Amino acid sequence: MKLKYFSAPYLVWMVVFIVVPLIMIVYFAFTTDNGSFTMKYISDVGQYANIFVRSIWLSLIATAICLVIAYPVAFILSRMDKHKQGTMLMIVMLPMWMNFLLRTYAWMTILGNNGIINHILNIMGFESVRLINTSGAVVLGMVYNYLPFMILPLYSVMEKIDKSLFEAADDLGCSPVSTLFRVVIPLSMPGITSGITMVFVPAISTFIISRMLGGGSNLLIGDLIEMQFLGNAYNPHLGAAISLVLMVIILVIMTVMNQFDPDEQVLM
Amino acid sequence: MENIINLKDIVVEFEDGEKILKNINLDIKDKEFVTFLGPSGCGKTTTLRIIAGFLEPTSGDVFFDGQRINGLPPHKRNINTVFQRYALFPHLNVYENIAFGLRVKKVPEKEIVSRVGEMLEMVNLMGFEKRSVNRLSGGQQQRVAIARALVNHPKVLLLDEPLGALDLKLRKEMQIELRKIQQELELTFVYVTHDQEEALTMSDSIVVMNNGYIQQIGSPTDIYNEPVNAFVADFIGESNIINGSMPKDCVVEFTGKRFECVDKGFSPNEAVDVVIRPEDVRIIPAEKAQLTGRVESVVFKGVHYEMCVDGVDNKWIIHSTKACPVGSMVGMTVDPDDIHIMKKSEDNAL
Repeated sequence: MKLKYFSAPYLVWMVVFIVVPLIMIVYFAFTTDNGSFTMKYISDVGQYANIFVRSIWLSLIATAICLVIAYPVAFILSRMDKHKQGTMLMIVMLPMWMNFLLRTYAWMTILGNNGIINHILNIMGFESVRLINTSGAVVLGMVYNYLPFMILPLYSVMEKIDKSLFEAADDLGCSPVSTLFRVVIPLSMPGITSGITMVFVPAISTFIISRMLGGGSNLLIGDLIEMQFLGNAYNPHLGAAISLVLMVIILVIMTVMNQFDPDEQVLM
Repeated sequence: MENIINLKDIVVEFEDGEKILKNINLDIKDKEFVTFLGPSGCGKTTTLRIIAGFLEPTSGDVFFDGQRINGLPPHKRNINTVFQRYALFPHLNVYENIAFGLRVKKVPEKEIVSRVGEMLEMVNLMGFEKRSVNRLSGGQQQRVAIARALVNHPKVLLLDEPLGALDLKLRKEMQIELRKIQQELELTFVYVTHDQEEALTMSDSIVVMNNGYIQQIGSPTDIYNEPVNAFVADFIGESNIINGSMPKDCVVEFTGKRFECVDKGFSPNEAVDVVIRPEDVRIIPAEKAQLTGRVESVVFKGVHYEMCVDGVDNKWIIHSTKACPVGSMVGMTVDPDDIHIMKKSEDNAL
């Protein structure tokens, strides 16, 4: 087929921007400044185990919250009139049209020590509450920023479920709750797994959200990596090693996820 | 025989005020094969959905086994449905699709195995247990849908144009098979179709519907031989429908001539529809006949020829085993028995 020549630019793109950087990361992770092989940096990553655990933990919580919020939203959306669906989808997408930084800044002014929420609390005669620079604020930022990435894949899978399947389940003795567990959830599994991927992967590697809403005390892997390349701690070898370990962790988690998806459609 | 389902004064009106069903009254006898027959949009599927519980009537009552079941959701009714496009669960294989209803009801595993096995045998799908339903042919999917409904031992099985998507030969096989299943299991089947031949083949009784009204209820022979109005006559088989009038009992006038017939009870000179089946028109030499016409076309239909004869006032469709040359003048005669007289009216309710 002549058609395969059309993919040539993409192959070049993949090699230059994906394969080569990947090789460079692996190279940096296993070498010292003078180019000799070492396991030092990989073993050094172990010192940051607490940051890895915190990153995984916070992104898992954020992913779970996204799923719980997005699932009913996507379901209701998928069962609406076709023309209403378009409007509602646009409302879901609307925050994504604004700059990511701007959106997160907005939360800083809402949650800040002298922010809108505390201001209102003070007026009502309550003490100020520390909202910003907590892990809760980081999770909130993740949920807010990545929620649409959970809703969209869920919606696109649910929208394709034939309404007559719900009637069939009802006909065969299913209450609405058992229809949910026996028909809706199994059939929306591909949407669940790709939604989790789409939220979990960016959440675990974010550094803006934790920097802006988490203060210094809620360092995530993303911050750690950024510090090695651009920050004071400049050490690209360690940065590469951390990136590599993070990649392996994500890969392992995604492989586990794939086991739940009968069609294995998850993006790795 | 006892009635298993009664519909009393059922009206269905949509929000925009459109009336889908206009006062349906119907009794369905236990262990009977009933067919709702009518053109699309006549309300037959709506009536079925009311019995299944997917739709609540705007007014009127639904009785099942003597109990009023208005408002009872489908999963609490002892009725199962075979859906038009099967609605098989794509995430489950053949076995699990059939076992679905039993698993929901927490039937013991041992009983599930034996009941699903029975069903697989009945619909001739042994060996397909592990097959994904997406990899079945239309006919096989149909069988799974039937087995999935029947495994629950419903008192009534509803079938919504279940054979519509199958090719003619398969459809004929399935018609006979469905009829056999119904008689073996001694169940009540309520079957929806727009195919009059299918209705005549399978049913104990046929409910002809049009425009949200029931036009006629009766056995296939009754419906075919004694249609109550021109709509039923035209819908069930082909018919010649001619405007006429009744000067007096047992005499009907059409195309300007008087004919002997067997119907009575009309007011003098009442305008009526005269219905004559194509196979009841006999060809005779033109000079001896009251009715004459010129043959316009002849089509060979296998068992018979279908001729279109132009009789000046109206055209006649005639089924005959002998063909007449196109363009020739022919005479036609009809026995008094075969002239059916019907009251004029389009969608009169019973």
